[in-house]
Amino acid sequence: MESPAARAFFNPLVNDNPITLQILGLCSALAVTKTLATALIMSLAVMAVITVSNTVISRIRRHMPRNVRLIIQITIIASLVIVVDQLLKAYAYELSRQLSVFVGLIVTNCIIMGRAEAFAMKNDVRLSFLDGLGNALGYSWILILVGAVRELFGSGTLLGVEILPTISAGGWYHPAALMLLPPSAFFLIGFLIWGLRSWKSEQVEQQEFTTLPTGQSERAS
Amino acid sequence: MTGYPSLFVQAAFIENLALSFFLGMCMFLATSRRVETAIGLGVAVLVVQTITVPLNNLIYSYLLKEGALTWAGMPDVDLSFLALISFIGVIAAMVQILEMALDRFFPKLFLALGIFLPLVTVNCAILGGSLFMVERDYNFAESVVYGFGSGFGWAVAIAILAGIRERLKYSDVPQGMQGMGITFVTVGLISLSFLAFSGIQIG
Repeated sequence: MESPAARAFFNPLVNDNPITLQILGLCSALAVTKTLATALIMSLAVMAVITVSNTVISRIRRHMPRNVRLIIQITIIASLVIVVDQLLKAYAYELSRQLSVFVGLIVTNCIIMGRAEAFAMKNDVRLSFLDGLGNALGYSWILILVGAVRELFGSGTLLGVEILPTISAGGWYHPAALMLLPPSAFFLIGFLIWGLRSWKSEQVEQQEFTTLPTGQSERAS
Repeated sequence: MTGYPSLFVQAAFIENLALSFFLGMCMFLATSRRVETAIGLGVAVLVVQTITVPLNNLIYSYLLKEGALTWAGMPDVDLSFLALISFIGVIAAMVQILEMALDRFFPKLFLALGIFLPLVTVNCAILGGSLFMVERDYNFAESVVYGFGSGFGWAVAIAILAGIRERLKYSDVPQGMQGMGITFVTVGLISLSFLAFSGIQIG
């Protein structure tokens, strides 16, 4: 069997991915994937917040009275987010302006509260740290993948470097403007889930109703 | 500055919090299986949003903004970095009050929303509305309109999605696409149709 540490770290990557399976933390995930750079920065910010918050909450979990634990958790998370936000404003002002309110929204990112409540409250510091890191990575690779696809096909660049020369710049590629619009993020995640679940078929959700194969409906009636 | 009707249309449809800013997505997807719950939740968000955005606006402009404490004799104090934490506090308190009021006056609705109501606290749409209000420098009247409009837009969006998902139960969806996958594509299509609102101006 795998060790608990390995499970805490590797499970969230694919088998229990926060975005595609637990459907957590989408709020801020989709909006920042217009370009790869914002997706990267967002991933780093979330990673910093979730690992530190998981570690801290796990460290003090025995000292928290149960009925005020949510307030304590949210205060810790909000303080961490403020630090990250101020750091970004100081050292990457342009990017923090593009991310606009979404850095602040990390506070309400369900992944962080979810992991604090479901994992850090019950496990020791080392496992919580690994779980936080694993979840952050599971979140990041999807963010980065979607960000890369949207930037590459939407404006022909990656991290601002030209990959597909666009027509307006004298090249051949006609940018797909839809990629820069919000709906494309939904489509990409939807198809990503389809792909993942075709690969890992145990993740498929059971339908409430199944339709009969074609041709059987007449006989049934 | 544009007029209030125009601001309402912008907040509710053109810049729909759920469909163009992806806010409140977790709940948006998790609770849109049935129209009834979806509408109940939509109304809860609408109410909380309409109250918290103006309230946060007052707190921000009279306590936190740079120079806001001039009336207290501290013109150089800039507390705007505390905005995040105070907004969360206001939202959590409001949700608590709403919960108690519902429990007292509409026990049926309270039972239906039971577990979702506390979740409104961590609904990004609510916090997002307040943060957008700060970023766009709305004054008090504008923040009332914006709060109502954005809450309304969110409620409409979740009601539409729930309506579609109720029908979707009976359709033949490919393996692996069932459940969340098809829901994402549906939301994408709704969001695409909402793009048609862009450019509409009233007044």
